[in-house]
Amino acid sequence: MRWGVLQFPGSCDERDALHACSLLGEARLVWHEDRDLAGIDAVVVPGGFSYGDYLRAGAIARFSPAMEAVAGFAAAGGPVLGICNGFQVLCEAGLLPGALLLNESMRFTCRQLDLIPADPGADGPKSADIARFSAHRPRLSIPAKHGEGRYWAPDDALDALEERGQVAYRYAPGQNPNGSARDIAGVRNEAGNVVGLMPHPEHAVDPLTGSTDGLRVFEAIAEARP
Amino acid sequence: MAAVRARVLIRPKEGILDPQGKAVEGALPALGFEGIGHVRVGRMVELEVEDPERLGELCEKLLANPLIEDYEIERLDGGG
Repeated sequence: MRWGVLQFPGSCDERDALHACSLLGEARLVWHEDRDLAGIDAVVVPGGFSYGDYLRAGAIARFSPAMEAVAGFAAAGGPVLGICNGFQVLCEAGLLPGALLLNESMRFTCRQLDLIPADPGADGPKSADIARFSAHRPRLSIPAKHGEGRYWAPDDALDALEERGQVAYRYAPGQNPNGSARDIAGVRNEAGNVVGLMPHPEHAVDPLTGSTDGLRVFEAIAEARP
Repeated sequence: MAAVRARVLIRPKEGILDPQGKAVEGALPALGFEGIGHVRVGRMVELEVEDPERLGELCEKLLANPLIEDYEIERLDGGG
């Protein structure tokens, strides 16, 4: 498995993402001006503040040559994982539905929290079932750190996401750090090969930092390979 | 072609929680400003454009995120 981790001016989590990927295969950085994804099996769009988050988080990164290449890669079924700022970039690029808004608290949040993976299809819980569902579900302990992580989409779009199993991760009940609609922490596209989430699995891959649950997020995206 | 000056006003869509607007609204009474409500905080972009016909497209693609924001285009130096 060969991973490519994008690097924009202002990225700050690409090294941890590179380390996480290297635990599961080979990994290299892809500079934002580079369109060459040859030999790469999966792409990670990492966290940080690409292009200073000017205008809106992710708004400018979306037009970078590397992101144009990623759009083609994703359209061809290639697995793409967007983390935090990477999630914002994928939403701005239209590769994922919805948008990430300023945290309800207006404060930057930084904390370890529990995520509930929601598998696609019949296993994907509706928001009404989430408490019951989460009681039987292993949780992933992963840190979140962001100022603009409030997932938002119109209500009918949220209904459709739940209907189609496109909610990929939820904050465990009571742990929503930012006011995200329906406790949504991450979503996937309809085909399932593009996933974005606000919390940082790449910071939870070594016992030294308290949890290795983040690796399961990377493993899940690796499985999306066609 | 002469450039046209324009101003684009961008604000969160009605119905979307605007915590900045709420915070500003919450701070006003402490300063003695009463009777102020529905504060919304947005962005303003001034620019010069050679082909003003393309301003709408520019807003849709970059300056605003149409899912979450409304925008208005004002042309500052006349013209149709």
